[in-house]
Amino acid sequence: MTDAWAPSPRELERQQVRRGLRRKQFLIAAGITVLAAIAVATIVGTSPGWERFKELFLSWHHAKEAFPDIAKGFWINVKMFVIGEVIILVVGTLVAVTRNTVTPWLTPLRIVAVIYTDVFRGLPTLLVVFIACIGIPALGIEGVPTDVTTLGIFALVLCYGAYVAEVIRAGIDSIHPSQISSAEALGLGRAQTTRYVVLPQALRRVAPPLLNDFVSLQKDTSLVASVGVFEALFAAQDYGNYNFNYTPLLVTGLFFLALTVPLARFTDFLGRRALRRERGR
Amino acid sequence: MRLKPALVALPVLLALSITACGDVKDDGNDKKATSSSSSCDVADLPLTTAGKLTIGTDSPAYEPWFTDNDPTNGKGFESAVAYAVADKLGFEKGDVVWTKVPFNNSYAPGPKKFDFDINQISITPERQKVVDFSDGYYSAAQAVIVLNKDKVEAGSLADLADLKLGAQTGTTSLTAIRDEIKPKTAPVVFKDTNVAKQALLNGQVDAIVADLPTAFYITAAEIEDSSILGQFQPTTGTQEEFGLLLGKGSELTGCVNQALESLKSDGTLAGLEKQWLSETVDVPVLK
Repeated sequence: MTDAWAPSPRELERQQVRRGLRRKQFLIAAGITVLAAIAVATIVGTSPGWERFKELFLSWHHAKEAFPDIAKGFWINVKMFVIGEVIILVVGTLVAVTRNTVTPWLTPLRIVAVIYTDVFRGLPTLLVVFIACIGIPALGIEGVPTDVTTLGIFALVLCYGAYVAEVIRAGIDSIHPSQISSAEALGLGRAQTTRYVVLPQALRRVAPPLLNDFVSLQKDTSLVASVGVFEALFAAQDYGNYNFNYTPLLVTGLFFLALTVPLARFTDFLGRRALRRERGR
Repeated sequence: MRLKPALVALPVLLALSITACGDVKDDGNDKKATSSSSSCDVADLPLTTAGKLTIGTDSPAYEPWFTDNDPTNGKGFESAVAYAVADKLGFEKGDVVWTKVPFNNSYAPGPKKFDFDINQISITPERQKVVDFSDGYYSAAQAVIVLNKDKVEAGSLADLADLKLGAQTGTTSLTAIRDEIKPKTAPVVFKDTNVAKQALLNGQVDAIVADLPTAFYITAAEIEDSSILGQFQPTTGTQEEFGLLLGKGSELTGCVNQALESLKSDGTLAGLEKQWLSETVDVPVLK
């Protein structure tokens, strides 16, 4: 008796009821969403200031005029973000690993790592940017770069390195001790255990929160505008301040969304995939 | 068919909210300017706060336009002009209220929290589409500030094109760099004058461009061993003038202009300029 399994009539009935329920829920969801959208559009469209708002925030002419400068500025944002991200990952991993070492010889390094994460997680990023970009050149040390973009990347690395170090450390701590014991049983040394057993698993586990930090880093590249880096947001503000129009700000917003939304979707996908794997289905 | 009562209620609520939010108060900024027809008595003026004249300016308020970052003391050119205008409009000194308005908020839509804003704002046609300006109360030239040790020599605007120049965002100084000097490296843009001064000291820029009175103050009192390389007037467009900024279609514009007109004709404005803004004759003109 190895008949292929066929759903019982009752199961079929169940499935049909479920399908009906799903359809009903979908219709309600769609209906209410459309209604809400219409409501918002009506409120906005009939507001007394709508015409003025359109002139100041949705002017096609100003959007076109400001576009080249914003695009040029956004290239700076992208460069800072990409270069910064690579360095931040390295710094974060080094700091996290340092904090998890146990030998007494490395105590000074551990103290430095703890102070670093505490201080730079607690300081407002804007303040670090100011001190790095204006303070460091003021010292006038030979050979130290005075270029604000470089110093801006340095400031962002300092701040985000501390955040990312903590995320990675949490990942390392979440690896079960049995993994380390197994590695030792196989004859791997401490460094090898960290390199081949702990870190790969830890990094995979914290990928979603890491990506979250990187989305936030993309936005924070705008902070360097305060010291004179002419990035996208600053280009938009500059145009707006001269022509008294806010449209370029929205254009900049679209630029940033074009970068951050795909990354956010990707983050979600990774998170869901990890969940699926953990649940085994 | 089990519909939750909440779901039935929602569309109803939404419909109600539309009607409720639909009738927002008009902010009065769209009214036509009726400058000449209405009287300019204090009682008839459309003021933000009844009986008070509310004047906006940015913070910090820089020399020589204001002194000690305090607009209320009547010292500094713009503070003095503001009080002179208030006086002509018929306000006591005690009835003048100052409010902090960052430059990029001054042209924001919606009701203004000031009657007029005085903040070295240049009058341009593009800006006039969005706000009202009074007539000009000061004509500014642009000046180039350098550090003496840099030994920069320039006899013409063309000589400046090789330098790394900086200026404050949204200013006509910055536009002058872009349109007049057209430097080989893109100008460095600063959020405010303080960052610009620091960048000059740090050697991050070769020179900064600002309006002449500001340049005089920076070289005289703020950066030791700095000097004004030269001054120039942007050739594009007309002579640049600072104007008081008012909401679009403000009914006050006409009265403020009348006040400024009489300050010009009785010589008060020229006197204040002499008192607060240095003589500009000994600065070489770059062509």
